[in-house]
Amino acid sequence: MNEELNAYLKKIKINKIKIIVFQLLIISLFIIIWQLLSDKNIINSFLCSSPKNVIKTVIKLYNDNNLFIHIWITLKEILISFILGSFIGIFIAAILWFNPFLSKVLDPYLTILNSLPKVALGPIIIIWAGANQNSIILMALLISVISTIIGVYTGFKHTNETSIKLLKSFNANKIQIFNKVVLPYNINTIVSAIKINLSMTFVGVIIGELLVSKEGLGYLINYGSQVFNTSLVMTGIILLAILTSILYFIILYIEKKLKNA
Amino acid sequence: MLLKINNLEKNYINKKEVICALKDINLSVYKNEFITIIGPSGCGKSTILSIIGGLEEKSSGNVIFKNKVKVGYMFQEDALLPWLTVFENCILGLKIQKQNNRDNISYVNKLLKKYGLYEFKNSYPKELSGGMRQRCALIRTLALKPDILLLDEPFSALDYQTRIKVSDDVYKIIKDENKTAIMVTHDIGEAISMADKVIVLSKRPAVIKNEYEIILDKKRIPSLNKKDINFNKYYDLIWKDLDYNE
Ligand SMILES: Nc1ncnc2c1ncn2[C@@H]1O[C@H](COP(=O)(O)OP(=O)(O)OP(=O)(O)O)[C@@H](O)[C@H]1O
Ligand SMILES: [Mg+2]
Repeated sequence: MNEELNAYLKKIKINKIKIIVFQLLIISLFIIIWQLLSDKNIINSFLCSSPKNVIKTVIKLYNDNNLFIHIWITLKEILISFILGSFIGIFIAAILWFNPFLSKVLDPYLTILNSLPKVALGPIIIIWAGANQNSIILMALLISVISTIIGVYTGFKHTNETSIKLLKSFNANKIQIFNKVVLPYNINTIVSAIKINLSMTFVGVIIGELLVSKEGLGYLINYGSQVFNTSLVMTGIILLAILTSILYFIILYIEKKLKNA
Repeated sequence: MLLKINNLEKNYINKKEVICALKDINLSVYKNEFITIIGPSGCGKSTILSIIGGLEEKSSGNVIFKNKVKVGYMFQEDALLPWLTVFENCILGLKIQKQNNRDNISYVNKLLKKYGLYEFKNSYPKELSGGMRQRCALIRTLALKPDILLLDEPFSALDYQTRIKVSDDVYKIIKDENKTAIMVTHDIGEAISMADKVIVLSKRPAVIKNEYEIILDKKRIPSLNKKDINFNKYYDLIWKDLDYNE
């Protein structure tokens, strides 16, 4: 009996390792082929850069004391917008749940705002908030908040009716119903809304940086393209990818902790 | 008498129509009585309980409680909150009414012990069997010390075997704790075997079609009452009452 279980667990473990090996294989192959193609001049390394050039650029940025400044600036903007966006989104969703009349009134506006490509508002935001970090954060909030509101509010609205009826049978007031049922019932909805919020915030911050900034990874990409330094562009993109993954794994970790709690 | 209902009427209004659910319902409930309400589906059974329990407004008529009579509600689904433990579920009502004092908590613990859930105090509802969940929901209702229990098809989510056992359990608990109960059910056998009085409703708009005082040779637990010599007599009468149109 136990042997069978062990064999099964072993099989799962081996499978897991296999998957990770293949995942690493893909990224290594990609890097090797990219380097080979540019070494053999099959692709134009001026246009496409190469892994070696990217590493050189990173080292140069580091030696100029610029690397972590740019990463930190972008990270800071992302964290501020992300935390602010999550709170504002959940808070407004709660207000809408408490006030069905208001939610009906605002419904068409939310729908329109949600489908509007927020990038279109970039120029006007810059005019209003100035060509600075405020614009970037505003841009990110604009992109993430509406979808957070809609996602979380939809969850709130679909809270199990019987559970609400149960609380009403105890004469609970609306705040008690919200705290004891609506909120705990929607923990998963909130976590997935926050996950989407994180990717939206990235989009918002990078768009903002492309439009206005003088620092940050979006700025590196933009500047690199203006001076035709593709290595700088690639470096910016790769650093961004690494940053995204780190934040994403942190969220996954928190989610796991929440589920086990 | 704990509760008297006079000429109770209920209309539901939606965009298209006014649905008359209850019409001229009269009912008296005495202490320690077990009343079951049976009727075709959609006739308005749950509506009666909702109005008694204050979850729904009446359209006209009177619902008069004797002084300080409290009601407790038990639903079709057990409605245990999955993120709370058995114990936390049981004291939920107390917490909401800010009555989670030492006496009431120890009363809940006593009930948990008495009805075999104490070991599962810290388990989550999904770890319990259907019968245990139902007992847990009943304890949660009893925790607030209601005088009248309103049970809306409390067993219909259970399979047949469990259902028979759980109806015995719930019946015993209600009798043990000296409670008065009004229970809605679809099941004629269940209605007769648990009740002192069966109310048969007509199809919508519900009026009281018939009322039966259940007098058995020897009153015991529901599963045994079904074997009583008088049981079939009531069964046939109620069957005919419900069968009038088709
Ligand atoms: N909130 C509501 N709004 C409008 N109509 C309602 C509402 N609740 C119930 N009704 C209608 O009133 C009638 C009686 O409903 P009720 O739930 O009391 O019936 P029931 O006898 O408990 O039915 P079931 O056997 O299905 O449990 C039904 O026709 C139902 O459609
Ligand atoms: Mg019903």
